[in-house]
Amino acid sequence: MIYVAAIFLPLLGAVIAGFFGRALGDRASAVVACVLLGLAMVAGWVVFYQLAYPGGGAARTIELMTWIDSGALELSWSLRFDVLTAVMLFVVTTASFLIHVYSIGYMAHDPHIPRFFAYLSLFTFAMLMLVSADNFVQMFFGWEGVGLCSYLLIGFWYKRPAANAAAIKAFLVNRVGDFGFILGIMAVFLVFNSVDFDTVFAATPGMVGAAIEFLGFSVDTLTLITLLLFIGAMGKSAQFLLHTWLPDAMEGPTPVSALIHAATMVTAGVFMMARLSPMFEYAPDALAVVAVVGATTAFFAATVALCQTDIKRVIAYSTCSQLGYMFFAAGVSAYSAAIFHLMTHAFFKALLFLAAGSVIHAMSGEQDMRRMGGLWKRIPLTYGLMWVGSLASAGVPFFAGYYSKDLILESAFGADSLVGNYAFWMGIAAAVMTAFYSWRLLFLTFHGKPRASDAVMAKVHESPKVMTIPLILLAAGAIFAGYFGVKIGMVDPDGAFWRGAILMLPGNNALEAAYAVPSWVKLTPIAVGAIGIVVAYVLYMALPSIPARLAAMSGPLYRFLLNKWYFDEIYEALFVRPANYLGRGLWKAGDGAVIDGVGPDGIAAVTLDLARRVVRLQTGYVYHYAFAMMIGVAALVTWYLLAGGA
Amino acid sequence: MTLMDVGLSHYLTVAAILFTLGILGIFLNRKNIIIILMSIELMLLAVNINLIAFSAELGDLTGQIFAMFVLTVAAAEAAIGLAILVAFFRNRGSIEVEDVNLMKG
Repeated sequence: MIYVAAIFLPLLGAVIAGFFGRALGDRASAVVACVLLGLAMVAGWVVFYQLAYPGGGAARTIELMTWIDSGALELSWSLRFDVLTAVMLFVVTTASFLIHVYSIGYMAHDPHIPRFFAYLSLFTFAMLMLVSADNFVQMFFGWEGVGLCSYLLIGFWYKRPAANAAAIKAFLVNRVGDFGFILGIMAVFLVFNSVDFDTVFAATPGMVGAAIEFLGFSVDTLTLITLLLFIGAMGKSAQFLLHTWLPDAMEGPTPVSALIHAATMVTAGVFMMARLSPMFEYAPDALAVVAVVGATTAFFAATVALCQTDIKRVIAYSTCSQLGYMFFAAGVSAYSAAIFHLMTHAFFKALLFLAAGSVIHAMSGEQDMRRMGGLWKRIPLTYGLMWVGSLASAGVPFFAGYYSKDLILESAFGADSLVGNYAFWMGIAAAVMTAFYSWRLLFLTFHGKPRASDAVMAKVHESPKVMTIPLILLAAGAIFAGYFGVKIGMVDPDGAFWRGAILMLPGNNALEAAYAVPSWVKLTPIAVGAIGIVVAYVLYMALPSIPARLAAMSGPLYRFLLNKWYFDEIYEALFVRPANYLGRGLWKAGDGAVIDGVGPDGIAAVTLDLARRVVRLQTGYVYHYAFAMMIGVAALVTWYLLAGGA
Repeated sequence: MTLMDVGLSHYLTVAAILFTLGILGIFLNRKNIIIILMSIELMLLAVNINLIAFSAELGDLTGQIFAMFVLTVAAAEAAIGLAILVAFFRNRGSIEVEDVNLMKG
């Protein structure tokens, strides 16, 4: 019962706030949504305690009803609760609840509060559906639900064209990934004749080495399937090449950004990697691709974050980079490290986003860091929380990020392979930059002389308690989640914690090797983090004239980074504009000229033309009609005579 | 020279000539609708001649009685036709054949 409640209470909240919000009023619908999510969180904790805590109960599947029963395709709605689900349940409900509470304060002046809370709760429900799915199709349902809700929430302020554009972009880019995902599901059904996780996982080892013939190419079955599924994960988790929607998603309200980045949506891809580990493990080629893409993303996003000036955009690229870490961890078979980082990241990234929201709130909506500065005395609490978040994200020892990020880097090194080394060095480079841009953000926002107008500075104020208390709780998570995770044995090399929810083949022992790496590997991440912080201090505190000169000196490189590697421009030229041309061509030539021309317009024209000719017979002159009659009579008589004669 | 006996064929010939004149009157006339009416009368008379000629030839009075009916109907028809024409003239201000083309598509 409590298991089902943990999943469906947010849906109930969404329904109440969405359909009865007008009757309930703003305040009541917000409170209802928060309370129901709070209950879901408690239920989530119970599930976590019962299933995941050391010595917990056995995994279970709760079947709700039959969904599809069509030929060989049999699906049921069932909730699968194992350790992996429990961990995700814990993370998602906790982060989501705190974000809900924070939203009461942040969205207080918005005219559409019930709608906002309905979307937030629905978003959470979709994510819970995804993590508790028992088969591929149900997972896809949650997957698409998450995509839909992200669209609704990013475009929440629908009167702003930029928000609408960002929402459509997020939706479309996600469709690209989802296309891969659904192809993957179809391939799974084709090969295994089932979409149930248990059935498929059981049959996977037997498929090793099998090949699919496609257009004369022979492709390894498992590699093909896992790569297709991975494309779905790339879209949802904003990996390199499909990442462009994530920074633009900042157009939504800040709590939405926090929800997307911390609890729901982007973590779906990482979760999928862990859930499908029994398939990915048997496809080493696919794993190598995952690791390379992840490492590239980590590096790429970190470089872009160096030069951004929008406070939320910096954090967004930071998310992108951290997701890269999670993916290359999964790519070297350290799934538990990836999930561990997912958990710690959820806390510190939600903290960073909500604290940034608090800053934006204080600055009357200003998001550009160049117009901030000198805030730390005015909003000390937010300042302190931002420090905690940055410390955690830079992996400073004993904060949450330290445990998970170091473990990921060590796993990459421990994998002792080409891609492992690539991932390790990319990760180290990203770690330097993470520390740098985090402290650049801190220094630009809170230190130096105030660069905002006096009118804005006069209004700077600490956020209300309803916003700061969730922040403090998240900060506690950002400090202790790492220690907590290690303590309960989440990332123990034997994987006993997961009780079969995650499969690691004996050969793929990166996680085990991570505990035996040389000490310089353990120390390097910390050292480069410190270097990043020091460099940021020198550039933005000690000698604030340098960054401008540096930017001028490295002109092209700076512009390259400032414009995010020109991805948007390239995609615009490669896809958006050709699609526009194609659409316009099909509209004008295909639909307008051919279909309309031959179809409705053509038939109408022919009818009109024929009618016009017929009309000319009707002269209206009496003698013409008389003539016609006469001819008729003559013809009849002639015919009668001839026929009668014969 | 002896006078030829006036037989059936002569009557029929006259009637045919009259009928043709009537048809030509309808077609060649481009001026006046009254002339068309007159031409129609002419054609009716031609038919009447036929009826009476056959009646006399066959010794059957039915044809002659029928001719009387035709005359009556023709008179009524002429009256109605002229009345329509007057009404038409009041409406349109012209009874030129060229102007009577309301039925033109």
